[in-house]
Amino acid sequence: MAETDVIIGLEVHCQLDTKSKLFCGCDTDYRSDGPNTHVCPICLGLPGAMPSLNKRAIEYAMRVAKALNCTVIPESEFSRKNYFYPDLDKAYQITQYDKPLAEGGYLEIESDEGGERKIRLTRIHVEEDPGRLVHMGNVERGKYSLVDYNRAGIPLIEIVSEPDLRSPKEARKFLNKLRATLEYLNVFDSDKEGSLRVDANISIVGSERVEVKNITSYKGVEKALTFEITRQKNVLRRGQRVDRETRHFLESRGVTQSARSKELENDYRYFPEPDLRPLHVQSWVKDIVLPELPDARRERFMAQYGCSLNHARTLTGELKLANFFETVVSSDPKGLSTLAATWIADTLIGELNYRDMHLDPVDPESFTGLVHLLKAGTITDKSGVEVLRVMLDQRLKNETREIPAAIVARLNLAKTAGDTGAVTTAIEEAITENPKALEDYRAGKAGALNFLVGQVMKKTRGKADPGELNRMLIEALRKREA
Amino acid sequence: MVSEKDVQHIAELADVGISSGELGTFTHQFNQILEYFDQLDAVKGDAAAIKDLYNVLREDEIEPSLPQEEVLRNAPAKEDGFIKAPRVM
Amino acid sequence: MAEKSIVFEPEDRYNAFLTVCNKPPHTDGKLAGIAVAVKDNISTRGIETTCASRILKGYVPPYDAHVVGLLRKSGAAIAGKTNMDEFGMGTTTENSAFGPTLNPCDTGRVPGGSSGGSAAAIAAGMVRMALGTDTGGSIRCPAAFCGITGLKPSYGRVSRYGLIAYANSLEQIGPMGKTVTDVSTLMEVIAGYDRHDSTSHNKPYTHTPKADIKGLKIGIPAEYFGPGVDPAVAGVVKKAIGRLEELGATTVPCSIPSMEYALAAYYVTCTCEASSNLARFDGVRYGPAADTKKQWHDAYQEVRRAGFGTEVRRRIMLGTFALTSGYYGKYYAKAQVARENVRKDFQRIFDGVDVIAGPTMPTVAFKLGEKSDPLSMYLADILTVPANLAGIPAISVPCGKADGMPVGLQIMGRHFDDERVVDVAYAYEQAVI
Repeated sequence: MAETDVIIGLEVHCQLDTKSKLFCGCDTDYRSDGPNTHVCPICLGLPGAMPSLNKRAIEYAMRVAKALNCTVIPESEFSRKNYFYPDLDKAYQITQYDKPLAEGGYLEIESDEGGERKIRLTRIHVEEDPGRLVHMGNVERGKYSLVDYNRAGIPLIEIVSEPDLRSPKEARKFLNKLRATLEYLNVFDSDKEGSLRVDANISIVGSERVEVKNITSYKGVEKALTFEITRQKNVLRRGQRVDRETRHFLESRGVTQSARSKELENDYRYFPEPDLRPLHVQSWVKDIVLPELPDARRERFMAQYGCSLNHARTLTGELKLANFFETVVSSDPKGLSTLAATWIADTLIGELNYRDMHLDPVDPESFTGLVHLLKAGTITDKSGVEVLRVMLDQRLKNETREIPAAIVARLNLAKTAGDTGAVTTAIEEAITENPKALEDYRAGKAGALNFLVGQVMKKTRGKADPGELNRMLIEALRKREA
Repeated sequence: MVSEKDVQHIAELADVGISSGELGTFTHQFNQILEYFDQLDAVKGDAAAIKDLYNVLREDEIEPSLPQEEVLRNAPAKEDGFIKAPRVM
Repeated sequence: MAEKSIVFEPEDRYNAFLTVCNKPPHTDGKLAGIAVAVKDNISTRGIETTCASRILKGYVPPYDAHVVGLLRKSGAAIAGKTNMDEFGMGTTTENSAFGPTLNPCDTGRVPGGSSGGSAAAIAAGMVRMALGTDTGGSIRCPAAFCGITGLKPSYGRVSRYGLIAYANSLEQIGPMGKTVTDVSTLMEVIAGYDRHDSTSHNKPYTHTPKADIKGLKIGIPAEYFGPGVDPAVAGVVKKAIGRLEELGATTVPCSIPSMEYALAAYYVTCTCEASSNLARFDGVRYGPAADTKKQWHDAYQEVRRAGFGTEVRRRIMLGTFALTSGYYGKYYAKAQVARENVRKDFQRIFDGVDVIAGPTMPTVAFKLGEKSDPLSMYLADILTVPANLAGIPAISVPCGKADGMPVGLQIMGRHFDDERVVDVAYAYEQAVI
């Protein structure tokens, strides 16, 4: 529920998915390699090295600006942000200060009350990532830091929202929508660890603003903000004032902690980067062709595949998921869409989350196979879930993959459609074993029938066709002598 | 006019470290120079910066990085491929 | 095939070199086998590069500056790294952490700065050519004080990639030599576009100096012959300009009103940029070690107090102060306006003349230790900084002596008109040989 007295703004940093770094030719695919192996004189900040701006990074950032309805300014410039920290090897970050790439714009999100809300943006700019610090040592041996400069110079896009968000939930939705949009634009890979970082500004109306830094996950944003709101409200309830400060989010503990106030004293001494030249790229905007974006795809899913709004929203919420759906139903959209939408949105996602598993290992073809089996009535929904679980586990554990039909055959999950004998027996047993249920049913008590259905399902290991079973059970109950 | 306290503060901001022995002379010379800089107050005109070049851009192509040994060679302290630095609070 | 090399064993009585390469290898090319010295703020792969500072003692770059690569390709033998004022900050080479360089013309005097080592090496005959750098006069001043020739190229004509930055928007690497021809030849090798330097222009230099200056119009700025200039120096330079007139040039009096603020604009700009450029020296990735048992802030400060000389610390602090919020508009922004005024003044003057001539320095070389007050030292740059502020080419060529010490004639030209500036210097040099 949106609280009318909470004001939230977000600063989102996303790594742009270019091949080389922002100011040098080092390969950006550093995550599986050793420390300091994707480094050159430029990104190491060796004396005398000079930056050379990556054209694709600017193109990607402009794509984002256009998709988010921002205005690209006529003359854009890079500036130096000066501060000292071991992971910042030049002792300044090349960023954009008073002349960012784009200003204004907005992102539409689903509001907490339903319907759509426009969240306004302040600006979008491009900057470089610093290196990565690892803290080492202990009180006895002495503490020190270890630095890996592989990440130094990776291109970042920073998207700043106006303080239009009214709840932690809205903040999470904003972030999800932004992430999806960047994926659709093909400029961002959300699967890469640490590719998205968020700083949040939050205040209770009439009170001071607090900045929360170091939020690195989507769930983390909601947690951090929820904690902050509670903390700030408690402070105010005690009759005290909320301090204007910077706090760090500690994900593992779910709390925010005050950072040293020295951060506030930082004077960054911005001035234009003398080794780079300005950008005049406003004229490029008209030639940018945007791909289909999440909202448009959502509308199309509803129109083309008959998806419900909720299903369409879920399916288009991630690029890979949307592509997956369309591939699964491609052989027979009319026949498969309804079933596929339900099974992907309502079941598959849940099963993937449970296993902490990405969508990537799941091949659409095998999923289509499963949907076909369900459509044909070969297996019940319950069995379908079982088959899906086997499929996912096989992929997760890198075991041999069986096609759905093979799993059904091996586990003998086919519906007992023709085998009414087994079902009839199970029904008679169930009624006999549960006289109270029979009484309740005759007394018209709701739930008695379902209870007996459950008992029969247990006996038939879920293979009885639910529709058939209902009919047969009611018939059997009617036949029992009073 | 800047005081010795101001100069001390600037030295900390810039992390250059001036000793208490140097502070007096530094402050005196600092003020002399700043007074000279103050002439700029009288400068009239529009901020120029007519830059000679625009849109200086490079294609997104991968070029070889330095081998790890080269990156670490000048570092006085290293560990397991990382460069060692004093701890940050 | 065996790699070629020369033997280089100079008798360095002037502390011109910080590092000497006794058997420098070389290939074929325009400069095949010629020993060329390189100022120690220019990165040389595998050769210690210190900027004459303790904070870079032991630093061996893993890469060559772009111009060093060009030198090697042209067949030059890199003979060694020359002494300088620490990080380029100075006018006498007395600010070196490794002792001053002496002027070969009078060892009781300074060779000028900050490229004093390169100038002395040439004046003493140890090398024919050297690379220097010029931020506010650092090639032209030592050239004038030591009686040799040095060119500050047009900004953007020579790549700065690999030049350890002091003031990015002002500095250029440039050629120094005994003769104008040597300076021009070296310029041919180092000038031209470099994709690694985003401020670099596609303007290669291919030129044989010509001595014909008939019809040339030379502007003579009043400010270059005013009260701040030693009358003996002014006299020698006026005579030299007279020689140019005999060769067929005509002089036109002119004025550069914006020069009043040029020095302040220069020192604000270079100290601001330097304060940022020098912040990376923290003893972590190179240089003398930071104490990893200490906390970051303390360790960082300790390294810098021990590693930077007094003048460097002073300029870092001035620049830090001038960039702090609240002061940016007063200092740095205003300095850029003053710069633009200087550029416009030159542009206006060049509407009516082809080059501008005057003394390079207001005096001859000072005695060692003579200038101890920083501000009075800064004032010595008054005649050289305008060319850096405007980005125009400027050369200093020896034109006689005053009080027994060399005097330099400075010729300045339009942006990218380096060839003409070289020609005028050449014409003078050939006329007085």
